[in-house]
Amino acid sequence: MAARVFIGAGAGFAGDRSDAAGPVVDALAAADGPRFLIYETLAERTLALCQIERRKDPARGYSPALERMLTPVLARCLANGIKVVGNFGAANPPAAARRIGELARSLGLRAPRIAVVEGDDLSGLLSAAEFAAREIDGTMLAQARDIISANLYLGAEPIAQALDQGADIVVTGRVADSALALGPLLHAFRWRADDWDRLAAGTLAGHLLECAAQITGGYFADPGYKDVPNLAEVGYPIAEVDADSGMTITKPAGTGGVVNRLTVTEQLLYEIHDPSAYLAPDVVLDLGAVEVAEIGKDRVRVTGARGKPAPDTLKATVCVDGGVLGEAEISYAGPNATARAQLAADIIIERLRQRAPALTVRVDAIGATSILGSSGRPLDLRAAANDIRLRFAAQSADAAQVAMLLDEVEALYCAGPAGGAGVRRHLTPRLASASCLIERRYATPRVTMIEGTA
Amino acid sequence: MSREIRLHEVANARSGDKGNRLNIALVCRDPKDYGALAAQVTAERVAQIFAARHPTRVLRYDLPKLAAFNILLDNVLEGGVNASLGLDGHGKSLSFLLLDMPITIG
Repeated sequence: MAARVFIGAGAGFAGDRSDAAGPVVDALAAADGPRFLIYETLAERTLALCQIERRKDPARGYSPALERMLTPVLARCLANGIKVVGNFGAANPPAAARRIGELARSLGLRAPRIAVVEGDDLSGLLSAAEFAAREIDGTMLAQARDIISANLYLGAEPIAQALDQGADIVVTGRVADSALALGPLLHAFRWRADDWDRLAAGTLAGHLLECAAQITGGYFADPGYKDVPNLAEVGYPIAEVDADSGMTITKPAGTGGVVNRLTVTEQLLYEIHDPSAYLAPDVVLDLGAVEVAEIGKDRVRVTGARGKPAPDTLKATVCVDGGVLGEAEISYAGPNATARAQLAADIIIERLRQRAPALTVRVDAIGATSILGSSGRPLDLRAAANDIRLRFAAQSADAAQVAMLLDEVEALYCAGPAGGAGVRRHLTPRLASASCLIERRYATPRVTMIEGTA
Repeated sequence: MSREIRLHEVANARSGDKGNRLNIALVCRDPKDYGALAAQVTAERVAQIFAARHPTRVLRYDLPKLAAFNILLDNVLEGGVNASLGLDGHGKSLSFLLLDMPITIG
C-alpha cells in the first residue's frame, strides 16, 4: 500500500486559469507515489445552467470549462499515470466522458479509461412541495413552481470505486468538493468507511485544495501587509497526504505565490460555519484540534483533523427560476458631480415609485459607495467625488417592470441632470437557489466505465 | 504602552458565503495578539460594524491552536449571490470592513 499520495489542484472554479495545471502536472510527474489531479468547476448556479443546456441538447450539459482545462495537460497526465478527477460532468457526466474521449483522440493520445459517477440528480424524485419541506433556513422553495435542477452532494465512495476499477479519468456530476480528494485517498489507502479521523483528514485535504490558488497566495495579497511574490504566476497547490493522515501543502517549484501558516489558515476556515462540525457526505470534520506548522519554504504541515460519524442526511442544491435582474449605469464627472448624481438617483426613484411601485430598486454610486449601501434605501451622497458612476439594479419575475427601470436610466441622457454619460444596460436571467437536507435513500451513486474508443 | 490601531495592522481576514450567511475567518498575523483580539473583537462589536446589514445573529468561534476566529453573520447578504441586487453578492469585500475596526494593542 502507498505511504504517501500526491494530489494537485488544477482549477478551483470554472472561470479559473487553464495554464496553472501545467506546473502542477510536472511536479506530480516527478513525485514517487500515486498521483492525482483534481478539478472543481461546479458552482451552485453552474449546474442549473448546465441542466437547461441539457434539456435543449442531450449531448451537452457538461461544464463548458472541460476542454479548456484538460487540453493542456491530458497528454502528460496519461503518459505519467496521473489520474484526473473532476466534476466537469455537471448535468451530463456521460456526455462529458464522451467529449474527453474525443479530445484524447483529436490529440492523438491512447484511449483513456474514463469512469462516470452519476446518481446525484434528484430531478423527478421529489416534488417542489417535498423539496420545500426539506429546505434549510428558508422558505424560498415554498413559492417556487418549477424546479430547474436539484442535485445531491455525493460522497467519495463512488470516486474510489471508479479508481479501483482502473479509471484514468473520473468524471462526476455534483459531489462534495472535498470528495474529489477523499475519493483518491480512499482508493490509495483503503481507509475504512468508519475510520472517521482519517476520513476527516481526507476531507480536510479536499477542502484545502478545492479553491486552488486560494491556499498558495491567491485571494490573499494585501501589499505592504501580506506581500506575495510573483502573484501573476501563482502556483496551484499540491497536498502530500500520508497514510497516517498527516499532510503537507506545497506548490510546484519555480512558480509564484506563497504557502505559509497564514495562507493555509485563511483557506482552512474559508466558507466554514461551525468549525467543530463541517458536514460532508462521508464524515463530520472537526477542525478544533487542527495545527498548521511551517516546515520549509512553501511547505506547511497540517495535522489534527478529527472526525465524527457521517450525517444521516445529504445536502442538495435546488435551483428555481429567479426572474430577471436588470442593471443600468450612468456617469457624472467634474464640478458638482455629486449633486448631479444625487439628482439623477432621486429622479429614477421617484419615477419608478409611481410607475412600478412593487419594484425594489438599488442605487449604488461607484466612486463613492458601491458595496456598502443597502438595497431599497435612498441614496444619500454626502462624500464629495468628482467622478461618480451610478448603478441601478432591480429584479423581478415581471421582465417588463425591470425593463422599465433600464429605459428610465437611459432616458436620463436627455431628460436628466447635465452631463450624464456612458449608459450601459443589461438584463440577465436569474436562478435562485436553496439548500435542502435529503434522506440518503434518494442517493443512487453508480459508476459506469466508458472504455476508450481510439 | 498600549496604542490604538486598526485590526488590519495585526490580523488577516477572509470572507466566505453560503446562501445568506457570511463567514469571516480572522487570523492573527502574530499569535501573541490572540488574547487581545479575543477580548476586543466580540460578536457585539462585530454586529455594530455590520449594523447597516442588519445581521439577525452574530457568532464567534474561537480556534486558539490556529490563533484564529471564525465569525458568522446571518442574513447579511441580501439573499446571497443568487438574489442580492448589490455588486458584491458574495460579501467578498466585507472582510476588509471588519479589518477597519479600531482595537487597542498592549
